[in-house]
Amino acid sequence: MEPILEVKELSISFTQYSRGTMQTELPVIRSLSLTVAPGQVVAVVGSSGSGKSLLAHGILGILPYNSHRAGELFFLGQPLTQERMEQVRGKEMVLVPQGVTYLDPLMQVGPQLWKGSRDGTHRKRSRTALARYGLGEEVEGLYPFELSGGMARRVLIATAAMEQPRLVIADEPTPGLDARSARRVLGHFRELAEGGAGVLLITHDLELALTIAHRVAVFYAGETVEEAEASDFAEGRLRHPYTRALWNALPQNGFTPIPGTQPGPGEVGEGCPFAPRCPRQGPECLGKVPYMEWNGGRVRCLHPEGETV
Amino acid sequence: MKHRLIFTSKKLLRMALLLLGVSLAAFLLMCASPLDPLQTNVGQAALGTMSQEQLDQLEDYWGVNDPPLQRYLGWLGDFIRGDMGTSLLYRQPVGQVIGQRLQNSLWLMAFAWVVSGVLGLTLGVLAGANRGKLVDKAVRGYCLLLSSTPAFWLGLVLLVVFAVWLGWLPIGLSVPIGMDAASVTLSHRLYHAILPALTLSFTGVAGIAMHTREKMADIMESDYVLFARARGESARSIVLRHGLRNVILPAITLQFASISEIFGGSVLVEQVFSYPGLGQAAVNAGLGSDLPLLLGITVVSAAIVFGGNFIADLLYGVVDPRIRRGAARG
Repeated sequence: MEPILEVKELSISFTQYSRGTMQTELPVIRSLSLTVAPGQVVAVVGSSGSGKSLLAHGILGILPYNSHRAGELFFLGQPLTQERMEQVRGKEMVLVPQGVTYLDPLMQVGPQLWKGSRDGTHRKRSRTALARYGLGEEVEGLYPFELSGGMARRVLIATAAMEQPRLVIADEPTPGLDARSARRVLGHFRELAEGGAGVLLITHDLELALTIAHRVAVFYAGETVEEAEASDFAEGRLRHPYTRALWNALPQNGFTPIPGTQPGPGEVGEGCPFAPRCPRQGPECLGKVPYMEWNGGRVRCLHPEGETV
Repeated sequence: MKHRLIFTSKKLLRMALLLLGVSLAAFLLMCASPLDPLQTNVGQAALGTMSQEQLDQLEDYWGVNDPPLQRYLGWLGDFIRGDMGTSLLYRQPVGQVIGQRLQNSLWLMAFAWVVSGVLGLTLGVLAGANRGKLVDKAVRGYCLLLSSTPAFWLGLVLLVVFAVWLGWLPIGLSVPIGMDAASVTLSHRLYHAILPALTLSFTGVAGIAMHTREKMADIMESDYVLFARARGESARSIVLRHGLRNVILPAITLQFASISEIFGGSVLVEQVFSYPGLGQAAVNAGLGSDLPLLLGITVVSAAIVFGGNFIADLLYGVVDPRIRRGAARG
């Protein structure tokens, strides 16, 4: 089946003024590749500061003016240019943001859902979408500050559901929710996928992501280091040492931390950014590391797990 | 409704206290000044011809040697009854002088206030929504130039250009010279108010525009504008639907806070244009040692400035749903 979204070696950098009028390029995302197929939930998992939100903004074409994007993007088989992004965003490609701050604080929910359009179809669609998430008509008359955390989250998902999108990009949709509400919110994304849309779930929470995702892309210091099936985690079929470390750090898997911290943007050389913290690193890891097919998934490592098998 | 009433009465109480404080401070400053009440009232020449006995009698009559507190309480008692004393310069009750002057100034200040508000808001929104672009640079340059230009100097330049060289507008005063007061029409008054009002509004524009620009730029970088873009709203719709809506609250604060600046500016501008308004009266009262008038003007202008901020607070409660609904439920 033709993938809904294909990202190949995407990089996003910022132009900064360093000293005086000297300009420097600060790469935040360097080599990001992933694929989202119809009906699939693909989780992008990475710790804070790895540039996850920028991925969403890069796909939607809403990066800040001082940023630069390179690499190839395909949406429904066609190249995704800035013009195409502007055409499809909010329609075939929607964003579900993190929280209530993404709603205009001085506008009632209804008018925000309708996007300024006064015709009946928008009204009807938004009403259906709200009802789908258990929200009544009266929610349309509420201001964002009158919504509870869970309600706000459902309103944000309703903004996506009312468009009948092909691709849903969810940027950290669960922080601040208790485990049960978070699971319910994630369930809504699973439903959207079951309806045939592709869902790109951006999160820092590997455990929660695994409850609904089909595939997981692990993100480290601006690079995708591994793409795995969700089942690979439980079955121990992991490829990259960082993925292994992430998995082992979960409470039920031993709660084992590894030393060191993730390098920030601009602190990474040409080689593998994980090498300084990696138990399997060698001198060759300082050179360029290719992203390759491995063991049913993809990995960016010269010594992936299962190497000797 | 109840909370609104409590809020309003609290504010009014605060206003009364403020006015009390302002009048007391002004009164004490005047007490501390080297002005001799006898000399200013009677005049140097007449004072010289009087005997010591007459002087003592006069001092006694006017209460010159009473303690300041007693004199202040006397003034306050009269003030509360609506009597602000008699202006020495104009030989009229202070209330009447202020009323007359305020009427002249009100035209001027209202015009300047509206123009600077509308123009400042428009420029600020334009600049903030297009930050870093040519429009923004132009507006910023204009505002910096304007805010570094003293109002009186700008007034003089406008006078030279429009009144002297081009001859389009009158050189000063609020009505044509030598015209019978009865035959002065509204258009005469407006015609004479154009230049001073423009000068006054120009200086206000810069501040309002720069502050609005800052707010607007913040809004354009906010999460909800980012989300609106992600949902495919056009740049135009974002500025009109989200930008203006969110900039209106800070704009209200700015607009009403600018009353004090307009008031302060009017003192200089009225002086340059010989415009017989409240600002000019304040200068005259100060230079001419007219204490009752000076005190009256101080209190009245404080009341007007406070009133402006008070209206802004009330409007907030009407415009901001977080206050309107939040307070109504809580």
